[in-house]
Amino acid sequence: MKKVKALGLLSGGLDSMLALAIVRDVLGCEVRAIHFYTGFCITESQRRRGVAGKDGKVKPNEALVAGARLGTEVEMIDISDQGYLDVIANPKYGYGANANPCIDCRIDMFVRARKILDEWGGDFVFTGEVLGQRPKSQRRSTLWVIERDSGLQGRLLRPLSAKLLPPTQAELDGRIDREKLFAISGRSRKEQMALAEKLGIADYPQPAGGCCYLTDEAFARKFFDILDHREERRIDRDEIPLLATGRHFRISPNVKLVVGRTEGENFQLRRYAQGRYLVQARDVPGPLALVEGEPTWEEMVLVSRIVARYGKGRERPEVVVAWESEGGRDELTVDPRIEESAIDALRI
Amino acid sequence: MRPHADRVVDTSGTFCPVPIIETAKAAREEGPGKTLLVIATDPGIESDLPVWCEGTRNELLGIEREGDRYLCFVRLVEKR
Repeated sequence: MKKVKALGLLSGGLDSMLALAIVRDVLGCEVRAIHFYTGFCITESQRRRGVAGKDGKVKPNEALVAGARLGTEVEMIDISDQGYLDVIANPKYGYGANANPCIDCRIDMFVRARKILDEWGGDFVFTGEVLGQRPKSQRRSTLWVIERDSGLQGRLLRPLSAKLLPPTQAELDGRIDREKLFAISGRSRKEQMALAEKLGIADYPQPAGGCCYLTDEAFARKFFDILDHREERRIDRDEIPLLATGRHFRISPNVKLVVGRTEGENFQLRRYAQGRYLVQARDVPGPLALVEGEPTWEEMVLVSRIVARYGKGRERPEVVVAWESEGGRDELTVDPRIEESAIDALRI
Repeated sequence: MRPHADRVVDTSGTFCPVPIIETAKAAREEGPGKTLLVIATDPGIESDLPVWCEGTRNELLGIEREGDRYLCFVRLVEKR
């Protein structure tokens, strides 16, 4: 009989590792593993800013590590395109506690997975989702909505909770054995840890409490600030790394300031200087800052004072601050001794 | 001595996951026995490429630092 072909969505966490091991080793399917890169991964963003682990090295990508531990190739697929960002900015099912439109995000991912599945000639998609583990995207009714809206009815297997969910077509056809699947639910990881031991998975990441920036409160404020100050409800690709970088200040409806906090962030800001003003104190060490929009003279003075305030010249009566853009260079001499409360009032 | 490279995959200026995506694409297009030279500027390549090779069972011949660039040699292995 032809081997059943299953396409797995691997995040790199324990649940998706278990799902892959079950489908491949317990059910005996031919497995292809993919990982969707959204651009909102906290770990990935830290890597881009050069944040190193305890050993001084940049942490490896978790999905690749999971693939290595499972002895399988993981295809990395970049979905951080405008189509995905439009879904995030205009979610049909709304947001969770912060800027996390988990249901719409999952549907978009599963639609993409379905297309890959069909091109490959696969039988079903599987994930490490666990019923009731997450408040928004893993409720019974939500799992069903995601399956329906992604066009994967009967072709979406959640092996860890399968016995608590309606059978997939492959189960109904007897091509995979439902009895070998599991009935795990809830937030506890005890059953998964026991299963990992049974399946010989010894090395797996600890739960990180969510790797997605969209679930982060501070990130969400900056995300919605962009949408709230724009006529069209849209967010652009090069704005995402900036949202995770630096201190953000809303100077006026049309002007935003981002001030770097570390060398890595200054490096990151410089990469996105095109179409923006690059601002930095001239004669004293200090952060790099980006300004979006067209500031008035008064706003340029205010921005210069804030930028100088975060540099080594903060106690001086005067600091020269340079503004650079494609249009040329300008310099302002300002008093950096600005009240903390005045800065806080502008903080996003 | 550096290994002979059958194909150069220059990912300079890109960040993860692009270097790995480009490496995987080149690996799929080339046959087993060929050697790829992956050039990257993202320091993450030092962490990612070894685990990618482990997962795909390709052989990482070495990673050299040349200024800001990482020169990575990967020999593509026949899959069992």
